[in-house]
Amino acid sequence: MASPGEEATGDSHVGKNKKPPARYWQELPDKGKDEKDEEKPLPQKDQQTQKAKKRKQQEDQRDGKKFVSGKSDPFPGPAPLSKERVQKFKRKDKAKRPRNQHFKLRDIMKRSDEASEMSQKQAARFDILLPEDAGFLEGDEDEDTCTISQEDIAEAVDITSGTKYFNLKLSQFGPYRVDYTKTGRHLLLGGRRGHVACIDWQSKHLMCEINVMESVNDVKWLHSEAMYAVAQKKWLYIYDSNGIELHCIRKFNDVLRMQFLPYHFLLATASATSFLQYLDVSVGKEVAAFCTKMGRLDVMCQNPHNAIIHLGHPNGTVTLWSPNQKEALVKMLCHQGGVRSVTVDKTGTYMVTSGLDKKLKVYDIRAFKPLKSYFLPAGASCLSLSQRGLLSAATGDVVQVYRDVWSAPVTKPYMAHRVRGSVWGLHFCPFEDVLGVGHGDGFTSMLVPGAGEPNFDGLDANPYRSAKQRQEWEVKALLEKIQPELISLDPTELGYVDRATFEQRHQDRVQALGYDPLAKEKFVPKYKKKGRSSAGAVERRKKQVAHEDQRDEIRKTVEDKMKMEKETKERAKKKAALSNQKSALDRFKK
Amino acid sequence: MKVKVLSRNPDDYVRETKLDIQRVPRNYDPSLHPFEVSREYTRALNATKLERVFAKPFLASLDGHRDGVNCMAKHTKSLSTLLSGSCDGEVKMWNLTKHECVRTLQAHEGFVRGMVVRYCGTSFFTVGDDKTIKQWKMEAPGYGEAEEPLNTILGKTVFTGLDHHQKEAVFATCGQQVDIWDEQRSSPIRSFTWGVDSFSSVRFNPVETELLASCASDRSIVLYDMRESAPLKKVIMTMRSNTLCWNPMEAYHFTCANEDYNLYTYDMRNLDRPFMVHMDHVSAVLDVDYSPTGREFVSASFDKTIRIFQNDGGHSREVYHTKRMQHVICVKWSADNKYILSGSDEMNIRLWKANAAEKLGVLAPREKQAINYNQKLKEKFQHHPQVRRIAHHRHLPKNIYHQTKELRIMKEARKRKERNVRKHSRPGTVSVVSEKEKHVVTVVK
Repeated sequence: MASPGEEATGDSHVGKNKKPPARYWQELPDKGKDEKDEEKPLPQKDQQTQKAKKRKQQEDQRDGKKFVSGKSDPFPGPAPLSKERVQKFKRKDKAKRPRNQHFKLRDIMKRSDEASEMSQKQAARFDILLPEDAGFLEGDEDEDTCTISQEDIAEAVDITSGTKYFNLKLSQFGPYRVDYTKTGRHLLLGGRRGHVACIDWQSKHLMCEINVMESVNDVKWLHSEAMYAVAQKKWLYIYDSNGIELHCIRKFNDVLRMQFLPYHFLLATASATSFLQYLDVSVGKEVAAFCTKMGRLDVMCQNPHNAIIHLGHPNGTVTLWSPNQKEALVKMLCHQGGVRSVTVDKTGTYMVTSGLDKKLKVYDIRAFKPLKSYFLPAGASCLSLSQRGLLSAATGDVVQVYRDVWSAPVTKPYMAHRVRGSVWGLHFCPFEDVLGVGHGDGFTSMLVPGAGEPNFDGLDANPYRSAKQRQEWEVKALLEKIQPELISLDPTELGYVDRATFEQRHQDRVQALGYDPLAKEKFVPKYKKKGRSSAGAVERRKKQVAHEDQRDEIRKTVEDKMKMEKETKERAKKKAALSNQKSALDRFKK
Repeated sequence: MKVKVLSRNPDDYVRETKLDIQRVPRNYDPSLHPFEVSREYTRALNATKLERVFAKPFLASLDGHRDGVNCMAKHTKSLSTLLSGSCDGEVKMWNLTKHECVRTLQAHEGFVRGMVVRYCGTSFFTVGDDKTIKQWKMEAPGYGEAEEPLNTILGKTVFTGLDHHQKEAVFATCGQQVDIWDEQRSSPIRSFTWGVDSFSSVRFNPVETELLASCASDRSIVLYDMRESAPLKKVIMTMRSNTLCWNPMEAYHFTCANEDYNLYTYDMRNLDRPFMVHMDHVSAVLDVDYSPTGREFVSASFDKTIRIFQNDGGHSREVYHTKRMQHVICVKWSADNKYILSGSDEMNIRLWKANAAEKLGVLAPREKQAINYNQKLKEKFQHHPQVRRIAHHRHLPKNIYHQTKELRIMKEARKRKERNVRKHSRPGTVSVVSEKEKHVVTVVK
């Protein structure tokens, strides 16, 4: 009951200028400056509303009727929002509105802009309320975080989190491939010598354990924890969570690597016979099969942003594939030796590759440009990216985790851990700070603080969902299965205006009609009464309109010109900046 | 060493007891929801398909008339009451919720030509082929009382239609001239003629209540002001209009149902060219009625279908037909914007949903939300070819389908000829006449 009392005294006895008592949610004065900047409210508007509110209150006081008590709202108006937060939910830029737009279209566009802005703000406001914060690991002064051992971390954190660091000693059938479900609750292990086990790894409950009595190349969960695919020596098999064989798919032979596209219900497989095949698991049909003619395909990953499959090849190239095109969409020469591993981040912006030339390279996959190149003395055999952008790389029997590989040049790893036996599979657990490592001596679950996304979306992937919720989610997900034809490099392509078709149709229409129905109509001056339609006045009006048109045209050309000039200037600037860098040949210049 | 690892308390994410609803924590971060556009597109496609699956517009058929239904009138105060008059002079009052006839009266000898409920809802007027105007009480006569009109006016000529003023005790009839009547008098207080021998329909403007419009048999639509002695102006078209209806929201617009298979929406301030031409019927259009929102209207046609048009759309968004429905003579849009009533030649009145896929009855909030969301999605992706194909597809009876095709071919041929003429004549001599201008002959003031 303390706080209301305090406020009351503050208001009644002290003059208006006195500050209200400091509250815990207000900024502490000794906090860093950049943080202050971050939470700076959106400009002006709030202040204005505050003013307006004050004015209104004063008016109310004058009436002496509506206003009840003298206390004013300490937080008037909507809660302030930081710019970054709003930016996070931005979908597209505001549409440019040409001057002579049709009034109806202008109205529609204005309204849709307003709606999207409002939704953006609301989403940002909701973002403040998210319950969980991401994990972190900080060393003391002159202590490297990479020297902190897993045991120390497991001891330092709470008990439930501590149990997430564990080793499974499975030396008999190793090395192991690893996969987590989309919710991160279930773990699938596939031993090279035929051992397949699925585990609810948080409760350590073993769901099934089988030995397929054949070599296992890869294992992958399908859309839910009820089914998984196993690429065995000859064929591709699908088992359910009790270990019962559901299908043996003879169309898919010698599969080495698999990827599951969860929103398309597609299982993409890469085989030793250089075939890339897509299986629609919802209807059980092969959607596409391509012979890549690139030899054995044992490096594969998917871009979670646009469902493009990336394949790495022994000649150092990485190729991008969609089920709609027989040829590779893109071929990139990434390494001088063969490519050992490829991975793409969640937003589809960065691709990280490692090759036999012992290099680790980061690419901007939207622009197909190299960003960073690192030299790892031992070379990385497996790569995996976490939801929050931590990169784990396996070099021999050491697992290293890097932070911010694409923004700042990295000199040392964020974390490192040595496992027994060489690493065979790496997978970050979604929504957890856990990295699963499959190696020659079994499986290790590592704690990597800051790896997982702290707040999940209950309608998309809910680790705590009940059986009923899972069933409902399954129905919904199947209903909105995206057709494989919609896979393309730009996943938002479907939302753009189809100008090409429009132009084609317009041309056809002009041809059919014999005139252009959308052509600007010739201006016919209205007849006006009271002598205002004299020949001179009519001519004047006509001239006015003609001038207006001309001005529009001139404005447009001037704008174009300005743009061109700006571009050339910038180009020149860049050139100058480049030439300012000293080259070895500069000393010969006079 | 400072360390924090994600550790969630399951109690925050799982419901406490089985009686609670499940907790669904949300995170709207776009990076957690990839393929936004494609998924929405898929949802829109599904919503469109489901809409077609659930499109069952026909609700009930009210039978009881012993001849074709010639006119209908909505009750001004009660949603569930409908009046209908048939070609044998019988008037029936219907309870729409129970789908039953509550009262029958023999009003005229010969056709009941027109019918209107007084603005207060206590009585209604009918006109018939027997040259009489009769006013009837809304309540049925008590036990033992005879069914008698409140008031009967004997006219000189046959009346073909009538409409009542919105607020005053004044009504208008049309026949050989347009008459304005005071309810208290037995002779018209004003008569309008403009060299025309007969009118087919007359309507009061719902907002500017002193204004009237009527359709005449000389292919014209005439506008009147009740306070003046002469008509205001008229527009003459290429073919005759059967009926017209004012837009209740934008009351300067009216739509007329024409014999040339089209409907024309005019702005009464500018009759030189219609504001919009609505095509799709394949036979003469007999009746038209606006929805109370003024955004849509329904039309009844001789081609045995009724169609729903947007007030600013050139083509219909919906077509209703059944195997048994014959030429549709009259049509009404109910005052709650939910139902459509059509009266046709084969003695039946049919009750339709205005929105074919709408679910009737009380909706749960989640249902409502889902419907709104789907509606928005359909709107957003309506121009995608796949979605549009499904949304626009309607099954049509064979003869209408073929007739539509035939009409299209004829129209194309006419266009081609026009184009060829233009191509082979001196530039500028053959002007381009738009579809809107084609049907207006002249405007007389």
